[in-house]
Amino acid sequence: MTAYDDRSVRGPRAPLSAVERVLAVCGYHATVYARTWRGSIVTRVLSPVLFMLSMGIGLGALVDDRAGGIDGRPYLHFVVPGIVATQTMWVAWSESSYQVLGYIKWNMGYHAQLATPLRVRDVLAGHFLAITGHLVVATSLFMVVASLFGGFDSWSAVACLPVAVLTGLAFVTPIFAFTATQEGDNGFNILYRWIITPLMLFSGTFFPVDQLPGWMQPVAWVTPLWHGVEACRAVSGGWSASGGTVPFVGHLLVLAAYAVAGWLLAERTFTRRLAS
Amino acid sequence: MSGDDDILLRASGLTKRFGDFVAVDGVDFEVRKGECFGFLGPNGAGKSSTMRMVGCVSPVSGGELRLFDLDPATDGPAIRARLGSCPQRDTLDEELTVEENLWVYGRYFGLSRKEVRARAAELLDFAQLTERAGDKVEPLSGGMKRRLTIARSLINSPEILLLDEPTTGLDPQARHVLWDRLFRLKRSGVTLVLTTHYMDEAEQLCDRLVVMDHGRIVAEGSPRELIEQHSTREVLELRFDVDDHARHAEQVSGIGERVEVLPDRLLVYAHDGDRASADVHARGVAPLSSLVRRSTLEDVFLTLTGRTLVD
Amino acid sequence: MTTTQQVPVASRLARALPMPAGAGLARMLVERNITSFRHGWIALVTGFAEPVFYLFSLGIGIGALVRTVTTDSGMVVTYPQFVAPALLAASAMNGAVMDSTFNVFFKLKYAKLYDAVLATPMGPRDVAVGEISWSLLRGGMYSAAFLVVALLAGAVRSWWALLALPAAVFIGFAFAAVGMFATTFMRSWVDFDYVTLAVQPMFLFSATFFPLSTYPDALQWLVRLTPLYHGVALERALVLGDVGWGVLGHVAYLLVLGAVGVVGAARRLERLLLS
Repeated sequence: MTAYDDRSVRGPRAPLSAVERVLAVCGYHATVYARTWRGSIVTRVLSPVLFMLSMGIGLGALVDDRAGGIDGRPYLHFVVPGIVATQTMWVAWSESSYQVLGYIKWNMGYHAQLATPLRVRDVLAGHFLAITGHLVVATSLFMVVASLFGGFDSWSAVACLPVAVLTGLAFVTPIFAFTATQEGDNGFNILYRWIITPLMLFSGTFFPVDQLPGWMQPVAWVTPLWHGVEACRAVSGGWSASGGTVPFVGHLLVLAAYAVAGWLLAERTFTRRLAS
Repeated sequence: MSGDDDILLRASGLTKRFGDFVAVDGVDFEVRKGECFGFLGPNGAGKSSTMRMVGCVSPVSGGELRLFDLDPATDGPAIRARLGSCPQRDTLDEELTVEENLWVYGRYFGLSRKEVRARAAELLDFAQLTERAGDKVEPLSGGMKRRLTIARSLINSPEILLLDEPTTGLDPQARHVLWDRLFRLKRSGVTLVLTTHYMDEAEQLCDRLVVMDHGRIVAEGSPRELIEQHSTREVLELRFDVDDHARHAEQVSGIGERVEVLPDRLLVYAHDGDRASADVHARGVAPLSSLVRRSTLEDVFLTLTGRTLVD
Repeated sequence: MTTTQQVPVASRLARALPMPAGAGLARMLVERNITSFRHGWIALVTGFAEPVFYLFSLGIGIGALVRTVTTDSGMVVTYPQFVAPALLAASAMNGAVMDSTFNVFFKLKYAKLYDAVLATPMGPRDVAVGEISWSLLRGGMYSAAFLVVALLAGAVRSWWALLALPAAVFIGFAFAAVGMFATTFMRSWVDFDYVTLAVQPMFLFSATFFPLSTYPDALQWLVRLTPLYHGVALERALVLGDVGWGVLGHVAYLLVLGAVGVVGAARRLERLLLS
């Protein structure tokens, strides 16, 4: 045994590996979730299910009756993949806004982590990893419930899971970057009401964007949610209606670009806020 | 004895119960016009509960309480209209600016907008916050927030100002600034009622005070009187190495009038501290350090209750 | 009673209410909220956006697919005409519930705002009346703005729609009263899940986006028990000019709900604020 082996012996200590650092942060969040998941599980899982029942089945009856479904599919099969993508945005929102500001400002959780050998990048990566886990669990649960209601028409819908998680991350990292610039909840109110809600309503979740006035369609193309909705819809059985392989890869690339750009931005805003 | 007209606040057998727990256990006191009256005691002594009853925001569970000869149970709003209240935790409105805090609060007293603005300008000056008038409250320092809370509590030109732990959590410099402001208020004729667990604050500010412990009043008088009655003139403080204090207490017993053992030092109560120190050395006891000082209210509390004020 | 000169007529009415003590100064709390919102005016403007977004999204997007809807009273209307009055009622509910639960809880437990208020002549009644009045004032503004938008979008069909604004304020009052009552039982933010749990299903299932006839019979009765259904039915009758005696039934339901909320909230608030 060298003196470097034990990290609690006086003298120089062995540095942590990247994996150890990220898992240390992720472990913290996992511990918190283990204590608090019950508090939000009902609303988290229930919310997309309620939307599916109301829109997919209730409104769907009206749409199928009047218009014969959408693109030849029953409305339920059209809307469920859209909700799979949209609920990741909700999870991303609730995990990356007030919660994160809380760690920055109120309970100083990040400050505590940064007072140890961890760096801003580790703190972010660990937290992103924890939220990824959250996205996987929330999305899987919803997909299981949705399939019990006959929400999918093909087994290929299983591939919605990774696509939806990527969609979630395309929101998580930019919202993190935004949160680190905030002082109170005013900015969150505006972001929620002017970005998150309109995205849910105008990104093709509940009806194809070509039903919108022409000038609004390019707006939808820029938003990550539209790409997530289209990609989920494509893998769940609407491959031809969604244009086939090339647009699908394009959607994934746009989502990945949002996630990476958000991460880089988040590192900058976090460093400015916490470590300068 | 001053005439009855001078008594603004009178409590007899005042009691506060929360379920089975008795927070204030039948206390009697009177506050006269223009004086500064203090409640000294450790956390949990019942000071804040007493203050909340006096501020007419907490119903009395037993006994009698009168302010301006009015009963809080029936005339709460009328009494509160004449009180200023500065709670232990700042309850400033963080959504508003510094001056808006004063304006809005003044309106709660039914004051006209014009009067509120005029008073607010004066009070901001008094609280040395004029330059921050348009700023949000949140970024202010602890001392500034406290001064703003006090300024706010003065918006209705109160006859009695209630201050619950006014300087807890402030740095020494901010405390002195605040004490200066409170002296000025007192000189202008405002009656002050305050709670504190700092003996220096009680000695500095209070004309008369009561010492509270476990919901009861254990002594009453001016700081001077309390020290004369309940402690010796001087105290010898002896420090030894960690964990040695109890053992050394036996070695010095009999010196002075009384010996108290604290976790970090021994206190020898004596009228002549230097002589007690000489006696200690004569017995061959060698402390790491020794110090002779005058008795304080802290010693009064220790004598009365066997415990220290700040724990 | 030395304060009576300062607090005239309004307080006499206030004193008649079954509420804990106050000084008739409730309007000062409204003033405080207006002052506060001068800083966050963007948030104020923003509050009215949500129903408009829904109207233009589902109204146009789904409207293009389904074209017309037959209401439960047999009227054939366009989809935006069907959904607009429901959004008016739903946003009155949402706004009132947000104000009376989240915002009041925050002021009560975190900002400790009312501790400072109650150290003045103001009493718990002033707090309750002030907060509810503010919520209604704000909700009324949003409803008025939404009605104008709905009118421009061709979703208003009758002069009865003039009554849709007071009706929206009334719906807001019923929900604000119940919301405040509920808030007095809240222990931590976790409990607000129950608020979401009550509000969101009502928003989605109270014949808001599709007619009641879509449901099987048993479920129709369940929906008829929920308060928002009565709000939606009331607004739909007024905005479409489809008014019958049944409207009074909806009004009566909401009136009882509001009364229960006010009395309950008053009793609980006194115990909570004056301990």
